[in-house]
Amino acid sequence: MIAFLVRRILYAIPILIGVNVLTFLLFFIVNSPDDMARMQLGQKRVSDEAVVKWKQERGYDKPSFFDAQASGIRKITNTIFFEKSVPLFWFDFGRAEADGRDIAHEIRSRMWPSLAIALPVFIVGMLSYITFALLMAFFRATYIDIAGILLCIFAMSVSGLFYIIGGQYVISKLWNLVPISGYVGGLNAWKFLVLPVVIGIVGGVGASARWYRTIFIEEINRDYVRTARAKGLSEWRVLFRHVLHNAMIPILTGAVVAIPLLFLGSLITESFFSIPGLGSYTIDAISQQDFSVVRAMVFLGSVLYIIGLILTDISYTVADPRIRLQ
Amino acid sequence: MNLPFKPVILTTDALIFVLFAVVAISAWYISRHQHLLAPWKKVARSRSGMIAAVILLVFVTVGLLDSLHFRPVLPGDAAVGKANYAVDVMSVFDVIAAPLKRKQEKTYSAPLSAYLFAKETVELPDGSEARVFPRLTYGGAHLKDPATEQTPDIVKRIVAGVAIAALAWNILLLCVTFWLSHRHGHSVRDTWSAIWKGHTEMPWREMLVTNGVVFLVFVPMMVLSAGYHVLGTDKVGQDVFYLTLKSIRTGLVIGTLTTLVMLPFALLLGILAGYLRGWVDDIIQYLYTTLNSIPGVLLIAASVLILQGVIDRHQDWFQTASERADARLFLLCMILGVTSWTGLCRLLRGESLKLRELDYIQAARAFGVSDYRIITRHILPNVMHIVLIAIVMDFSGLILAEAVLSYVGVGVDPTMNSFGTMINSARMEMARDPMVWWSLASAFAFMLLLVLSANLFADAVRDAFDPRIRGRLASPGFLSKYLPATPGR
Repeated sequence: MIAFLVRRILYAIPILIGVNVLTFLLFFIVNSPDDMARMQLGQKRVSDEAVVKWKQERGYDKPSFFDAQASGIRKITNTIFFEKSVPLFWFDFGRAEADGRDIAHEIRSRMWPSLAIALPVFIVGMLSYITFALLMAFFRATYIDIAGILLCIFAMSVSGLFYIIGGQYVISKLWNLVPISGYVGGLNAWKFLVLPVVIGIVGGVGASARWYRTIFIEEINRDYVRTARAKGLSEWRVLFRHVLHNAMIPILTGAVVAIPLLFLGSLITESFFSIPGLGSYTIDAISQQDFSVVRAMVFLGSVLYIIGLILTDISYTVADPRIRLQ
Repeated sequence: MNLPFKPVILTTDALIFVLFAVVAISAWYISRHQHLLAPWKKVARSRSGMIAAVILLVFVTVGLLDSLHFRPVLPGDAAVGKANYAVDVMSVFDVIAAPLKRKQEKTYSAPLSAYLFAKETVELPDGSEARVFPRLTYGGAHLKDPATEQTPDIVKRIVAGVAIAALAWNILLLCVTFWLSHRHGHSVRDTWSAIWKGHTEMPWREMLVTNGVVFLVFVPMMVLSAGYHVLGTDKVGQDVFYLTLKSIRTGLVIGTLTTLVMLPFALLLGILAGYLRGWVDDIIQYLYTTLNSIPGVLLIAASVLILQGVIDRHQDWFQTASERADARLFLLCMILGVTSWTGLCRLLRGESLKLRELDYIQAARAFGVSDYRIITRHILPNVMHIVLIAIVMDFSGLILAEAVLSYVGVGVDPTMNSFGTMINSARMEMARDPMVWWSLASAFAFMLLLVLSANLFADAVRDAFDPRIRGRLASPGFLSKYLPATPGR
């Protein structure tokens, strides 16, 4: 187990280096610091001095990969790549370009509101999708099942934006049940969280419940299920004890990988509901073209994804004792 | 020679024509091979699939008409000998819908209304001033007194529209019945009763009814459009019905071209990785794991922002504003394609790994057939069904993704008509009191219709070609790359 984990972590290193180099190429080569300065300072009528000054203040006036003028190790370290991209490895994200705030500090304070929405959506969502899918599987090939599938396809076809805009309109504006948007810290936050959480769950029901139903139906057609029925077990018992247990493996593959990514929050929901989480932080950075924040989020996202992959492998051993990690 | 117009082939137009040609050639090829035709016949027997196909066909027709672009000649200059062409790029669809495009009001007006939605200070005949809702320049302009005349006029137009729709539908019915009876050599009466009893092999009854409903909805809308704004007007007074129809092309382009762009990557790399294995496999796996590990929306956002910067810095590359907007649309397709090929690539790798161990490929290798030939002759045709399913299943997700991306501001050019830009510009209208709901509602309704029929059609195709692929392609993980709103997926 330990050896497996060490190997997986070692395997993650080249991937993270790849992500790092890729983001560097994207953010500094395709889009040179000069372009960045012009974007931040305003497209036209920017004097060259202003651009040089902007670059100097942020340390973007150095060579990209290799500084021929420096001596010794400074040849490598006195470059944009070393000073801006490499520190991402130890989560030193630097400062935002727009307002100069410390990105790492922002991330630490903003991940909690994000998590406050994403975690309930994930847990309650999973439970309700699985229940819904089990119901469809129980009534398989009847009109209830067909109606369920049609409902899923319909729900899948509705834009996520519609759920948010419609939900805000009906529940907050017409019925006045909860505030339209906003956030406060502490326990009173629930008022602001209920609606985004419910909408998050409703928005995901189509694709997920349908997918889980397919997994259940696949399991139901296996031999051990027939054996269980032949023993005289009730259909509910077969579904809950046998099918659900065995179907957990494919369900886990899709779900566990998403757990670490919950920290990143969701871009659209948070910006619609003005939740000060990482999702709205990213959206703001995108609209302000603040590349240092976007770069930090890209790197953080890949780290969390890789952690998710490792967690998935570990969860296999929990769900299925036959699988040994080596 | 001076043409009255100058054809313009935008990048996406060219690709759409290529796609159209590819589809036409494959259809011709498939129709001559029974074993390739068999699964398609299964699709044709699926009721929901064919109903969806009829609706999709309507959308595709609008999209294709909207892809034939040209620049009309400017009046007056023709005599000089050198024609000057307008800066505005028009499409054939614009010509058909010219009345809708021309009738621009001042600002918002409700569907079918004869009045503007905002009060204005008007000078009355007796010299005093009053704040009233002024009449629209075009919508209901033919009415003398809208309060009494409007409802009868609208009813009259709807009745006329329904009559035209019924007539057109009956002609269609006759054509289909005669064609079917001619093709199968049955009498017209037998064919007729077979259709209505649902005894035909293809679900003709359902298809014809769908067609009738489409006629029944759209023909009266068109008739009403002659005198009113059926779906109202937006902030700058443009007809919402026109904007919605224009958005269809953008959605279709994103849904199809993205897959077209990513297909070569996914096919080549996936098959190579699976077939050659070894270090090639390692490199390709590393490549897609790396790309996959970056959150999709962020990668797309970053790429779009950066390429938008490139476009802004090189305004001189583009002659017209629509060429620039089109370049951005094309780049968006490229970016979506490059960031989304990994899912299909992994599937193709798995399938090729499985195929290469099969006996007939082992036999081909024993005979000394080259790798190139084995891949093109034996592996490629046997993974095509996966490719096809991926294409149809991605389509709807991409249309939904466009709306989300345009909302974030990294979608299509803000000047380009699309469902995303419509929703984006309409989101502030919800806060107005009384609420301006119509542009938002039409964008969502048309998008729902398009995506729903695409989903139903994709289901039929998947069930016909490989029902077992269901979970693997439609897994929530695949969708979550585009839909950040639901972390639970």
